[in-house]
Amino acid sequence: MTAVDDRPAISPEIGKDRRRKEDQRLITGRTRWTDNIALPGMLHLAMVRSPHAHAKILSIDIEAADKSLNIYEVFTGEHLAETQGVIANAWPITPDQVTPTHLPMATERVAFAGEIVAVVVARSAAEARDAAELVDVEYELLPAVLDLKEAAEDTVLAHPDLGTNKTAFWQLDSAGQGTGRPIDEVIAEARADGIVIEREYRQQRLIPAFMEPRSVVVDPTGEQITMWSATQIPHITRFLLAATTGVPESKIRVIAPDVGGGFGGKLQTTPEEWITWAVARKIGKPCKYTETRSESLISAHHGRDPWQKLTLAATKEGRVTGLKVDLLADLGAYVGVVGGGVPVLGAWMFNAIYKWDAYQFNCTPVLTNKTWVDAYRGAGRPEATYAVERLMDELAAEVGKDPLEVREMNWIKHEEFPFTTVAGMTYDSGNYEAATARAKEMFGYDALRAEQKQRRESGDRVQLGIGISTFTEMCGLAPSRVLGSLNYGAGGWEHATIRMLPTGKVEVITGASAHGQGHETAFSQIVADRLGVPFEDVEILHGDTQVSHKGLDTYGSRSLVVGGEALVLAADKVIEKAKPLAAHLLEANVDDLEFSNGRYSVAGTDQGMGIGEVALATFAAHNYPEGMEPGIDAEATYDPVNFSFPHGTHLCAAEVDTETGQVKLRKYVCVDDIGNIVNPLIVAGQVHGGLVQGIAQALWEEAVYDDSGTLVSGSFVDYLLPTAADTISFEIDHTTSPSTSNTLGTKGVGEAGTIASTPAVVNAIVDAIRQFGINDIQMPCTPERVWTALQGAGSGAATVEDAMPHFEAEEGQQ
Amino acid sequence: MTKISMRVDQENVTDDVEPRMLLVQYLREKLGKTGTVIGCDTSNCGACTVHLNGRSVKSCNVLAVQADGGTVDTIERLADDDGTLHPVQEAFRECHGLQCGFCTPGMIMQSVDLLNENPDPTEEEVRLGLEGNLCRCTGYHNIVKSVLYAAQLKKDAANAPQSEGANA
Repeated sequence: MTAVDDRPAISPEIGKDRRRKEDQRLITGRTRWTDNIALPGMLHLAMVRSPHAHAKILSIDIEAADKSLNIYEVFTGEHLAETQGVIANAWPITPDQVTPTHLPMATERVAFAGEIVAVVVARSAAEARDAAELVDVEYELLPAVLDLKEAAEDTVLAHPDLGTNKTAFWQLDSAGQGTGRPIDEVIAEARADGIVIEREYRQQRLIPAFMEPRSVVVDPTGEQITMWSATQIPHITRFLLAATTGVPESKIRVIAPDVGGGFGGKLQTTPEEWITWAVARKIGKPCKYTETRSESLISAHHGRDPWQKLTLAATKEGRVTGLKVDLLADLGAYVGVVGGGVPVLGAWMFNAIYKWDAYQFNCTPVLTNKTWVDAYRGAGRPEATYAVERLMDELAAEVGKDPLEVREMNWIKHEEFPFTTVAGMTYDSGNYEAATARAKEMFGYDALRAEQKQRRESGDRVQLGIGISTFTEMCGLAPSRVLGSLNYGAGGWEHATIRMLPTGKVEVITGASAHGQGHETAFSQIVADRLGVPFEDVEILHGDTQVSHKGLDTYGSRSLVVGGEALVLAADKVIEKAKPLAAHLLEANVDDLEFSNGRYSVAGTDQGMGIGEVALATFAAHNYPEGMEPGIDAEATYDPVNFSFPHGTHLCAAEVDTETGQVKLRKYVCVDDIGNIVNPLIVAGQVHGGLVQGIAQALWEEAVYDDSGTLVSGSFVDYLLPTAADTISFEIDHTTSPSTSNTLGTKGVGEAGTIASTPAVVNAIVDAIRQFGINDIQMPCTPERVWTALQGAGSGAATVEDAMPHFEAEEGQQ
Repeated sequence: MTKISMRVDQENVTDDVEPRMLLVQYLREKLGKTGTVIGCDTSNCGACTVHLNGRSVKSCNVLAVQADGGTVDTIERLADDDGTLHPVQEAFRECHGLQCGFCTPGMIMQSVDLLNENPDPTEEEVRLGLEGNLCRCTGYHNIVKSVLYAAQLKKDAANAPQSEGANA
């Protein structure tokens, strides 16, 4: 069966490349970042952080700091005691998960360099920082476990009281759940008479590095305590503040004002928020804490960081039969809000778009004495996509076929949707053939292959590689029942309210809390279409729990596919609610009324009334039917029935200078199928930004620690975010297979680019130099690593020096 | 404390400041010019870019006392008094050159300076000219496009028979 599109045709607003409503204030500096907030009598906090990865706190001398000019107070963990609450993990992946207690401020022992041990409260941020330098902490150093594989041996413990570093073992087994054959049997068959490919890949540790440093202001002076925070998750933060600090939820208001990027990095409840909360409550004054970039890089959670052991079984012809995945995932010192759930999210994605007989996913999240690790754009799915897309290239090399041909042999055919995978997920719709055909055409695939051949034959110093990534992902976290079955601590629904104002304006309240995505624009388009009102008349309100009382926030490419559907439900309720009122005012029978383009009309007559007129009449309430309430506002909660599964074909051409190891991106083409598109301009932006984050993993970024557990890439001098000069322009397009699991037919796009691009780039590099016997380069693929591999010295050791230098204007020799 | 005076966004201001105070802190904390933001502490990100005496500077890399007697222009007064956007602002909106918007004030101020210096840049020149400004959302694709589009807008305005004189 193919995807059937029986929805109404795409209506005028949806599909339009509207310029964003958000932009006017952002381009004129009229912004409300948390750090911009200043309240009367507000005090400033500075944190004292441990320089040691693992140490016992022997004493803290605060006297000199406390006596400094304009210092209000200095608190240690002992002073805050139980008022500080605790930092929670919302997803214990197994019932007996080993979870260290995570106090916002350490009291006895620190478990990573950067952990907070004291806080200084002062009249200005500068004075607070000066005094923080005077806090004298005496530590007794403890052995620190820093290497992931060593941590899994349990010889040195990150938290000695726990007795192990391994937090859990989580398995998905296709034979066990009845979706495939036993994996070991399939691998044995391939060993006897087929192909077995065994590889170990490293996903280096990354840092989300949102541009706005985290900031929090807490005002305890009203009846409600208000927290402004640079967070993706105001609603979850409010719930967890109530749950862990004993303040009734109804007394807590959390506001995420303008938030400058997140990428999962602000999908966290943080020690800094909890400490500011505790201090403000203790002293009864508004308090602000804004981190420096260096603090952000050492203490805000990091991303990725597993070792992946992979075994792929296939027939001699290259038909894949089995995939076994063994993951060791570094969680750092504490289990964050999603924690071990991040690598587990990859469980349904390693099998990707291919048809397997057997599949097994094993995951052991491990504690180390490093910065905690949690969600970062893609969360589990980039790791999975990287592994399988790299393996497909290895398989193609083994059978001597074009890697696209091997993929096509194995992928789910267009006519096979909906398709239940070996991992047990049902993919609703897709068309891998169409996306691939379009991408090949845009890329000039055959011509580039010809050029590659010619360069190989002539022994050109600069070799050309073509990298492929035919990815899929699961978006739209998530059906609440599915989350429940996985022990996740919350649901996955989203909420919306629509208020029909008497002036004809429409206020829309969403529980999805944006931090740069453009919800105000895209959501206005959806509501404008549904209610038949002008785009300009729709106002989107979000990010304040007092206005938006109910929501589950923004992450996991969920805002449109879940939050957008809640808008549709609420709008439909408004239309239904207003209908009898309109009939009454028009003196017509309800059954004779039709609603279209914002207007109720009486069938067979020219009589009618706009929905705005109904809103005004309802506001006046002078004339409405007996037994009805004078109101047409509505709210709705939407719980998705399934994930959605965008997919796409990404093609990357990279040039590798075989004398220097320098990699240069030459061309990048992607064709993503993300279902129906609400705003193509916003979608393009999401794709471009996602691509660069994924490419950056392949080429530049890595969080590097020294042997004592100090983050040496702890500033923007050392952590290599790409610049405009490092990157290229992209060629993007779309094919469309509308999702069949929601009314708008949308699929989610926020993470697609990041998930797909990393393997496309590394595949291109390996493709360029496979002729020299190289089948892997460890990420980031720095010139040094590529050069070392070309000298026959392996795929690259741990990063010890600077990663790739920034752009140099030197041109690769032709 | 040191007494300083300067012209900021077309207003004359004077204050006593600590000699160590950075220009960006002066703008944000003393003058309430929160349109200019701080993104790092190593002058890598460029989010705090403003114009000092007509040229772009990273205001985290200039002491407030160094700007004494000077003229500072920030994102907040880039548009005309009547709200007409500067061509670079218009271009960023038109080409979707921003997402979260945190790098945007610095990115726009740097782009204005870039175009003042080179009114007709190539893509390569734009990319090199923006190397000191980091963005994490856009992948730079649409930022580069915005700057090229702004260059075109300015050229069109200059060539128009009755130009209303787009501000430089």
